Amino acid sequence: MDTADLMLDGNALGGALGEVFVAEITVARSTCGSCGAVREIGALVVYTQAPGSVARCPDCDAVLLRVVRAEGRIWLELQGVSCLELRAPA
Amino acid sequence: MKIDPAIIPLGALRWLLAEVVELVPETPRVTSLVLDVPGWAGHRPGQHVDVRLTAEDGYQAQRSYSIATPADAERLVLTVEELDDGEVSPFLTEELGAGDRFELRGPIGGHFVWDGSAGGPLHLVGGGSGVVPLMAMLRHRAAAGLDVPATLLYSSRTLEDVIYREELDALARADPAFRVVHTLTRAQPEAWDGYARRIDGEMLAEVFEGGGEANAFVCGPTRFVEVAADGLVAIGYEPGSVRTERFGPSGA
Repeated sequence: MDTADLMLDGNALGGALGEVFVAEITVARSTCGSCGAVREIGALVVYTQAPGSVARCPDCDAVLLRVVRAEGRIWLELQGVSCLELRAPA
Repeated sequence: MKIDPAIIPLGALRWLLAEVVELVPETPRVTSLVLDVPGWAGHRPGQHVDVRLTAEDGYQAQRSYSIATPADAERLVLTVEELDDGEVSPFLTEELGAGDRFELRGPIGGHFVWDGSAGGPLHLVGGGSGVVPLMAMLRHRAAAGLDVPATLLYSSRTLEDVIYREELDALARADPAFRVVHTLTRAQPEAWDGYARRIDGEMLAEVFEGGGEANAFVCGPTRFVEVAADGLVAIGYEPGSVRTERFGPSGA
């Protein structure tokens, strides 16, 4: 097995990010800070084997976000995302 | 620390306790878990749940499983494939019995969802237990009486590994707008006249001829999804119209 087998979609982040965001996060649209591509979180390339999860841009492979949950805390790093657009709660 | 439920914002995910009502064998490797989940708020077809198991020493293991039931079903059903080296699936399929409880949270997801509002035609490609969220969409389509044309291309190893085989065949017999096309990759019964190879571009082109305007959903092991999604784009589907759900290495 190589890393290509371990690739998942942003759908896999729904649980981890659902602890943080009130709006459904897999239909939120993120803009890649590197190439400008706008994709739903559900369509990102995700790896969950790291100590936490890493989402990459499906267009340019830049790291968009990382989320780590440990010791009763959540770290969410969004350095690669230039804009996150969520549906406002009704 | 105890968290006051009142301070958890509306919509935030929380762990619920599911009770097993019944276990239904689907194939030699696949079992459906019929669950009663107090507090369950309903779901949309294609969504999944996270299941969390906690050992006596506090060790926790967590996995995601697709919901198999249509949106308005009374019970929640998860269909689980037992992986030989799995940490969670063998417990769910072999150890659990009626009345046992475990933790889950959901429903999760909105990207890989079809509830009819997006229309169709609906083009589904499933590999192995990747058929589960697609089945939730097809069950919803049937239960809601939607006449959106739908086609499922479904890859299994052998005929006995085909999950929901009788139900799919019955749906196809009863509904001229629904078609199921099987491919059996490892072994075929005598006189099998269907596909007998892994999904490829030629097969996708034959099954989904002229389907570039469709809503396409692809679910299965990561490599399967790569081939199917790339193949659909190669025959004219907009990349953004092909929604994928990869579930990692296959159980092989």
